[in-house]
Amino acid sequence: MLEGLSFTVTPGAALVLRGPNGCGKTTLLRTVAGLQPALSGKIDCAPDAIAYAAHADGIKATLTVAENLRFWAAIYGTIRIDTALEQMNLRGLAERAAQNLSAGQKRRLGLARLMVTGRPVWVLDEPTVSLDTASVALFVDVVRQHLAGGGMAVMATHIDLGLPEAEILDLSRFKARLPEPGYGNFDEAFL
Amino acid sequence: MIALLMRDLRLAFRAGGGFGLGLAFFLILAVLVPLGVGPEPQILARIAPGILWVGALLACLLSLDRIFALDFEDGSLDLLATAPVPLEAAVSIKALAHWLTTGLPLVLISPVLGLLLFLPGEAYVWLIVSLALGTPALSVIGTFGAALTVGLKRGGLLLSLLVLPLYIPTLVFGAEVVSRGAMGLAVDTPLALLAGITAGAVAILPFASAHVLRINLR
Repeated sequence: MLEGLSFTVTPGAALVLRGPNGCGKTTLLRTVAGLQPALSGKIDCAPDAIAYAAHADGIKATLTVAENLRFWAAIYGTIRIDTALEQMNLRGLAERAAQNLSAGQKRRLGLARLMVTGRPVWVLDEPTVSLDTASVALFVDVVRQHLAGGGMAVMATHIDLGLPEAEILDLSRFKARLPEPGYGNFDEAFL
Repeated sequence: MIALLMRDLRLAFRAGGGFGLGLAFFLILAVLVPLGVGPEPQILARIAPGILWVGALLACLLSLDRIFALDFEDGSLDLLATAPVPLEAAVSIKALAHWLTTGLPLVLISPVLGLLLFLPGEAYVWLIVSLALGTPALSVIGTFGAALTVGLKRGGLLLSLLVLPLYIPTLVFGAEVVSRGAMGLAVDTPLALLAGITAGAVAILPFASAHVLRINLR
């Protein structure tokens, strides 16, 4: 998908990936998160430093918001979910079954999950899909806070987050090309 | 780990969770067989061990595709794979949750169904023992099959085809234990083989399942 790509994110910095649909943003993020191996090259980041959030939020419809969040908190060995609920403005929805949430509320729950992981590197795939402007602002605040605490974030997004300090990387420049099928190859096939 | 087990159990017991699906199937089968075969106690007693074991096996099969498919669809499987829990452990926990919601209820209700099928008195202990020893293997082997077919649209048929041959040894030895028990014969050999299959499956398959799951998530 991609070749010749290299980037570094320092603590406290964010990187925003840009590029048209299908250019390899998700592939890159899944590779960074350790879900799929790179064909070549390496990633200098311990997999246990990364919290990954994808298009799907991993929310169970029949569990309540608090139950969903408490589960992930327990998996990551952190206990407190109150701050995350508070900051993502989910306090009033804590006891509601996740199936009754709107798309934007589900997304906020998905982002609250990131906060309870307690991991320094956030790898986010389209984090702002289906969020309204107020929620995007909320999200940007949370990311800024995370960065201020020495965290890092790598995000793929199409919209302008209003995060001027974030570095922007356009992936379309790194598109891998297949070797041109030259006609000379046919001769070799008959040799 | 405990959190994952509790979540899976809670999901199974909540509305639409699939708990009771296998149990209902098992119950229906045991009620229908006497209606189809006829009420002669000798015939029913003769076929009861086989019917009960086939019923338990098919009941287990019913809920296998839910083990990973739901987690795959809502993205939790990706998140679990990147979580600090080793995938091997997560797979084992999921197999355990499947057994607790499917296998264990079958074990507990089987004596009642044995009664419907005129199972001879001496066989009840062996029915419970063989199901208790054998059904964990069904869950673990099924989890492996579910891991192989995760991400395939409507992989249920393929899952059954992959898993059924692997279920046959458990079925053969499990039913043999009950038949021999019913006739008052020694059950040591089939019982040891049944326990051996379960022990082997529990020891090896979680690693294989985690491995194929990682490949399927790419």
